[in-house]
Amino acid sequence: MVPNPDLVVQTEQLSKVFRVGFWGKRVTAVDSIKLEVRSGEVFGFLGPNGAGKTTTLKMLMGLIYPTSGRAWLFGRDLGDPQTKARLGFLPESPYFYDYLTSREFLGFYGHLFGLWGAALDKRVDELLELVGMTHAKDLQLRKFSKGMLQRVGVAQALINDPELVVLDEPMSGLDPIGRKEVRDLILRLKESGKTVLFSSHILHDAEVLCDRVAMILKGRLVACGRVTDLLDQGTHHQVELVVDGLTPEGLDHLRPLTEKVVRQGDRMLLVLKSQQQVAGALEIIRAAKASLVSLNPQKGSLEDLFIREVAGHRSSSENRA
Amino acid sequence: MKVLSIAVNTFRENLRDKLLYNLLVFALLMIGSSVVLSRLTLGEFHRLILDIGLGSINFFGVLIAIFVGIGLVSKEIEKKTIYTIVSKPVARYEFLLGKYLGLSITLFVNTVVMAVGLLVVLYAQGVPVEGMLFKALALIFIEFMVITAVALLFSTFTSATLSAIFTLALYVIGHLTADLKVFGAKMDDLSRGILDGIYYLLPNLERFNLKGHVVHHLDLGGSDLMLIVTYGATYTAVLLFTASLIFHRRDFR
Repeated sequence: MVPNPDLVVQTEQLSKVFRVGFWGKRVTAVDSIKLEVRSGEVFGFLGPNGAGKTTTLKMLMGLIYPTSGRAWLFGRDLGDPQTKARLGFLPESPYFYDYLTSREFLGFYGHLFGLWGAALDKRVDELLELVGMTHAKDLQLRKFSKGMLQRVGVAQALINDPELVVLDEPMSGLDPIGRKEVRDLILRLKESGKTVLFSSHILHDAEVLCDRVAMILKGRLVACGRVTDLLDQGTHHQVELVVDGLTPEGLDHLRPLTEKVVRQGDRMLLVLKSQQQVAGALEIIRAAKASLVSLNPQKGSLEDLFIREVAGHRSSSENRA
Repeated sequence: MKVLSIAVNTFRENLRDKLLYNLLVFALLMIGSSVVLSRLTLGEFHRLILDIGLGSINFFGVLIAIFVGIGLVSKEIEKKTIYTIVSKPVARYEFLLGKYLGLSITLFVNTVVMAVGLLVVLYAQGVPVEGMLFKALALIFIEFMVITAVALLFSTFTSATLSAIFTLALYVIGHLTADLKVFGAKMDDLSRGILDGIYYLLPNLERFNLKGHVVHHLDLGGSDLMLIVTYGATYTAVLLFTASLIFHRRDFR
């Protein structure tokens, strides 16, 4: 098959089988994954711990070799030095060289791309500024907190001004402020036209950041697409109404349309079964001369989808057993 | 250029490692203590200072080569630093060579420091210094190169602890391989063949030991010296090549 040069990342039936233990038992970590990441998008690679996210990213980065299937970056085969020059990678919770200062550390990575002298100094200063670490440029990395290390790690991934930035669990282990900083950084990268592929098990982050996501479970892709499309899929949209001064008769008329009623003094919270009921409910409220305080369509979240997928996967594997 | 950057970075990392200084201080103490020990002997105290001095340089240099050498690659994998390097336009063999070169620079500086320590002791004790001493030091350094390559080879496919044990074992065996040949000569054809095979396969580290020459004022010709250096360089090259092959195929999990 011919790779599509417009796709930044493309995989076909990508699989990895590890042999573990003394007897070399075969464990399928990644099973026939098809991924497509387009230029300029933020792509989230989601799944629980041990689902095969890191293994897939490592295959793309040339750190482990696929057992079968193929993958391309920028329409070229994996491991091509030319493609490596166009990407930046941050592994999950890395430690780096303890005894180097952040300036020396970034300088070293700059050398690997042939950056020296004034051009390197300028780039290092820019990056330290970008990740907000200028104050710690002459501090050894072993004195850094986890959040600081993560930020220097991001800077390291950006040293060559890459077109594709791959981040493995960039938010894990960070406090809320650190997570927000990483989120802002990803959005800034997107603004400057870069493609970002990141893995995460924190779904909220993905929902806020990603154009498209792929969900992986036990090595298999279970869902892939635009976040909004995935959320629309299969979720019936409930609507929450808050109403003041509803008479008991009015409530009796409304009951057949609602799923849940919560009373707080004169105020009432009604949950409608679906959006189709809205018009009818509003009609009844108007007729009962009650006043509508708010109307909120309830969106499903990635978390709901995720939990449904996991549950579906469990029940199907139980059926097979 | 990339190899050199990695080498310089490795050297810098080594220099800030406390283990290195501990070993170096012990080596210098050993060399210094030869003065005290030589007081206990009757006559021949020149011999004892040279013997203990060169022995200490060799022993502590090998310890540095092994204990820093095994960490070169396994620590990088454990700490995931290697992920950030291999995902950049750096070939895996370049990484390996850079690491090797970096530790070689460290070992060279260490050898020089220990040698200066020995020279100071010799000067203070009025022991005459001959050219042979420098040839012996040069070969000790070549032995370090071989040992480092062995440590690096092992660390490309086993854990740090196992690499240390294997390398240390090979260091000891490497100094005793001559016995294999002697032993084999007394056996039947098959056993002799096997023992000879092992003899040629394992590094003959005793070749790099010129302590006897220095102590007994024997000379070693230039062509003999060249032959030993060539042997060490070839052996190292083969080890590094094998290490690169293994490293290239390896998955970083």
